Amino acid sequence: MTKPGLYGLMAEFSEPAGLVVAVGRVHEAGYRKVDAFSPYPMEALYEALGLHHSRLPLLVLIGGVAGLIAGYGLEYWASVIEYPMNVGGRPFHSVPSFIPPAFETTILFAALTAVLGMLAINGLPEPYHPVFNVPTFALATKDRFFLCIEASDPKFDLDQTWSFMMSLGARVVSEVEQ
Amino acid sequence: MAESPDIAKDATSPPATPDVLVGPGHDFATVTEKISSIVLQRRTPWGWWVGFAISFGILQLLLFVVVNLLFRGIGVWGPNVPIGWGFDILNFVWWIGIGHAGTLISAILLLLRQPWRTSINRFAEAMTLFAVACAAFYPIFHTGRPWLAIYWLFPYPNTMSLWPNFRSPLIWDVFAVSTYATVSFMFWFVGLIPDLATLRDRAQSKPWKILYGMLAMGWRGSARHWHNYDTAYVLLAGLATPLVISVHTVVSFDFAVGIVPGWHATIFPPYFVAGAIYAGFAMVLTISIPLRKFYGLEDFITMKHLENMAKVMLATGLIVAYGYMMEAFMAWYSANAYERFMIWNRMTGPYWKMYWALIFCNVIAPNTLWIKNLRTSVPYLFFISLVVSVGMWLERYVIIVTSLSRDFLPSSWGMYSGTLYDWSAFIGTLGLFATLLFLFVRFLPAISIFEMRTMLPGAEPEEQKR
Repeated sequence: MTKPGLYGLMAEFSEPAGLVVAVGRVHEAGYRKVDAFSPYPMEALYEALGLHHSRLPLLVLIGGVAGLIAGYGLEYWASVIEYPMNVGGRPFHSVPSFIPPAFETTILFAALTAVLGMLAINGLPEPYHPVFNVPTFALATKDRFFLCIEASDPKFDLDQTWSFMMSLGARVVSEVEQ
Repeated sequence: MAESPDIAKDATSPPATPDVLVGPGHDFATVTEKISSIVLQRRTPWGWWVGFAISFGILQLLLFVVVNLLFRGIGVWGPNVPIGWGFDILNFVWWIGIGHAGTLISAILLLLRQPWRTSINRFAEAMTLFAVACAAFYPIFHTGRPWLAIYWLFPYPNTMSLWPNFRSPLIWDVFAVSTYATVSFMFWFVGLIPDLATLRDRAQSKPWKILYGMLAMGWRGSARHWHNYDTAYVLLAGLATPLVISVHTVVSFDFAVGIVPGWHATIFPPYFVAGAIYAGFAMVLTISIPLRKFYGLEDFITMKHLENMAKVMLATGLIVAYGYMMEAFMAWYSANAYERFMIWNRMTGPYWKMYWALIFCNVIAPNTLWIKNLRTSVPYLFFISLVVSVGMWLERYVIIVTSLSRDFLPSSWGMYSGTLYDWSAFIGTLGLFATLLFLFVRFLPAISIFEMRTMLPGAEPEEQKR
């Protein structure tokens, strides 16, 4: 049972340990559309939520390799193909001299991929999100810890999930509007 | 210490124990409150206005130089033949070097799991950005007509269909410094996102809420987001570490690839990188000591932070001293007449005062930090950080000016001194640096709030039984 316009239920905890235990229990109970909110990163939460590998490292590797090819390719194309020019009798294709700029573009592309990739995977920027409708949610960036079970979870039932969340030691459980 | 818990708990006085990273009696709320209130307080402290006004006044010197330079040409600066490089490259290297501490603190110390980096990384990163901005001023305006000079700096399809000469270390410099500026900015901004969300949620006035909200991009502290965020942050640190080392290596190639005696040395890259870290930590101390005093941040930037920075300064100072020693040794050992003359000329030639002042500032003065009482004295650390900054400036002066003034042929010898415009440009960039720092401290959290929360006891619960 759910009701229209409901995004999910939000439980509020005042201690980090309380949140970690609760998330573990929720995950164990079979809820999957679950998210936890904390004012700082907590590794224990990732495990409790069953998060394993981020796709980011692979993307960054691809970005770095693309940067290397782009940087070296640009140097080769500009100095050997497009406008070969004899500077101090050095070869058109000066491998050692081409390494520093190619190294820098490798780092540049990899770092850009890391930042933009992180934002893209996280779906940011996202100006509106239903969780902001919870009045005390502003404290999630200060000293309060939150746990949200979405109404779209197949196991979600308004009354049952409510009482289950209350049993986890939450200060308060509130409805999150869409 | 155990017999006087009351004194140790007193949050109004600086922590009695010098070994803590966060003063006693703090929790998530007080840390958030203390740091964000510096930004969110309605009334700007009068001290801030005074400091900002002075910095902004000094910044006008830069305007004076730029206007003169653009109207009259780069002849207003002192470089001549044979000293074609003067204050412009000197100050460029000095500022870039200072910038290195920010990335070192945020990236390398993160990878080495040094928790003491946490309260100083944010403003050290900001300092890096501002120092790079000051550094960039010199090569850009050294071209005289920057808007005409872009085609040989950056590879873009231009009407002359010319491309930069990628065999030149000066082009490596362009790539290294622009990549460094971009990556440092991203590292700094990514670190700021969760704190911007804190400011968004705590700001009282609507315009600030909207502004911080836009910058925070809808950050809501989701664990799924933190997971990717952590990964991105560590990856950025891993990428920034080789980058920071490459930047000053490339800067040293500007010299080492040349054949001028005193420049053409393989020791330059490591010795420049160590010098950069040394100068950078000196600047972090110069900034953090007044900052913690003025805003009462002694609980977050504790004696332990200052002492650790002093130790890093001492260690890198010794590496730099080794570099000077090796320069002199290799000049003798190489049996190269020009190298021998070069080092002898540095010590006893027309610029001997600069050389010995440099040895005093960079070799003798930092060795006083072996003494614990001096290392833990805040006024002394402030003083020594200024001495080191002066020393590193003199080092570049000695390397650049003395080498160029006495090269292979006595017929081409010459002398150099900075003109009014050289000095104004240097002092003007100091004003730019300070102005940007004042604005940063007023509008953005100078200490990473979310990372400070992780430093508190109980922040990371033990693996719980499920």
